[in-house]
Amino acid sequence: MDRAQIKNIIEAMLFVSDKPLYLSEIKNVLEGPDANETKEVITELAGEYEKQTSALRIKEIAGGYQIVTDPVLAPWLKKLYKTAGADRLSGPSLETLAIIAYKQPTTKPEIEAIRGVNVDGVLKTLIEKNLVKILGRRETVGCPIIYGTTQEFLQYFGLNSLQELPKLEEFNFTEKDIELPEHFKKEEEAGQQEGGNTDVQTSGTS
Amino acid sequence: MSYKVKLEVFEGPLDLLLYLIKKNEIDIYDIPIATITEQYLEYLELMRMLDLNIAGEFLVIAATLIHIKSKTLLPPDEKELLPEEEEDPREELVRRLVEYKKFKEVAGILQDLESQRKKMFTRDIPFEVAPGEVFFEASLFDLITAFTRVLKDVPKEMFQEIIKDEFTVEQKVHDLLHMLVKTPAMSLFDLFKNAKNKPEIIAMFLAVLELIRLKEIIVVQKQNFSDIEIIRNEKHRLNIE
Repeated sequence: MDRAQIKNIIEAMLFVSDKPLYLSEIKNVLEGPDANETKEVITELAGEYEKQTSALRIKEIAGGYQIVTDPVLAPWLKKLYKTAGADRLSGPSLETLAIIAYKQPTTKPEIEAIRGVNVDGVLKTLIEKNLVKILGRRETVGCPIIYGTTQEFLQYFGLNSLQELPKLEEFNFTEKDIELPEHFKKEEEAGQQEGGNTDVQTSGTS
Repeated sequence: MSYKVKLEVFEGPLDLLLYLIKKNEIDIYDIPIATITEQYLEYLELMRMLDLNIAGEFLVIAATLIHIKSKTLLPPDEKELLPEEEEDPREELVRRLVEYKKFKEVAGILQDLESQRKKMFTRDIPFEVAPGEVFFEASLFDLITAFTRVLKDVPKEMFQEIIKDEFTVEQKVHDLLHMLVKTPAMSLFDLFKNAKNKPEIIAMFLAVLELIRLKEIIVVQKQNFSDIEIIRNEKHRLNIE
């Protein structure tokens, strides 16, 4: 089995699969090259896709490899599948997910303590969407249910692993640094364009 | 008074506080508690006037703010002159705000990741499926949910049957014995023909089984698939007598 053939087999597998394939899965099918060599070939293949300006890309998602379309093609694909990618997660959902992602295994009261609001509904939605799952119960008083993120969570956000998320310690709000997240800023700008509150405007000349 | 308000939708009281801090361009670690409390309460008043449902959580933070404010107004205890020992009453609230803000930042990052990911299409596109309708591998909890749903439907019918159940095995045992006194041998199928419904057939059948167990009767069949006859067990009878 020469390298070109190995590459073809891997490409065919990735093409056919509807979910990310783990390196171990690919290696087991090939029954020849070791993990390192397999990985090498995949990286080479991914490079070729990139170089040939192909419509497809090989991306590492949720600990595996998957063929995805080039993001620049999204507008056309969205037209083709009218519903695909239309529904986004709400602000409360994202906040709750963020807390669970970092604090897992965590309990409902812990999440509520951080968000300052009840999270019953949000938690239910996230479980329904399979982004969060019940891991079991904590062995403390009351045996509260503990929650964690799923493989689906990684896939949904295109993450390879939880380690790809920034460290919480990196967020240091030094004095006067009170930047709000992107989506909040956009709302603010939109508000100003409508001729809303002028006293919200920040002066850059101080 | 005329109001010209663009109402922001806040996820919760901490969200509102962060907004006020941002709006006033103040340092999160040095919140002018009096100003912020005032604005916070103004906002709650606004929500009430607009008939928005004010969640209890908003009131909890309002109480906290007022509590902090009152603490700052009181003259410091004369005994404690060491500045290190003097605790900032705002500390706990600031700690919560900063932590919440971190997760809000992460939520923003997740949102960016989401929109990037949505631009990459894979094979598992839910073809012709309405938004939000996504298929997942069923977990143990799905199975339990499905199971309880099935159970919820079932008992109703079973319960009705129990209510309707006018035929008891006990009664049928009694009836059968009486009938057998008159006619020592009878056809099982004929016996069932007289039954009004399924529960009665079941009760009868169980009665037959019970009588067989008690050796009161014996059942005989002449050939395969032919009618079964119920015969009083005379031997047993004799033994008792």
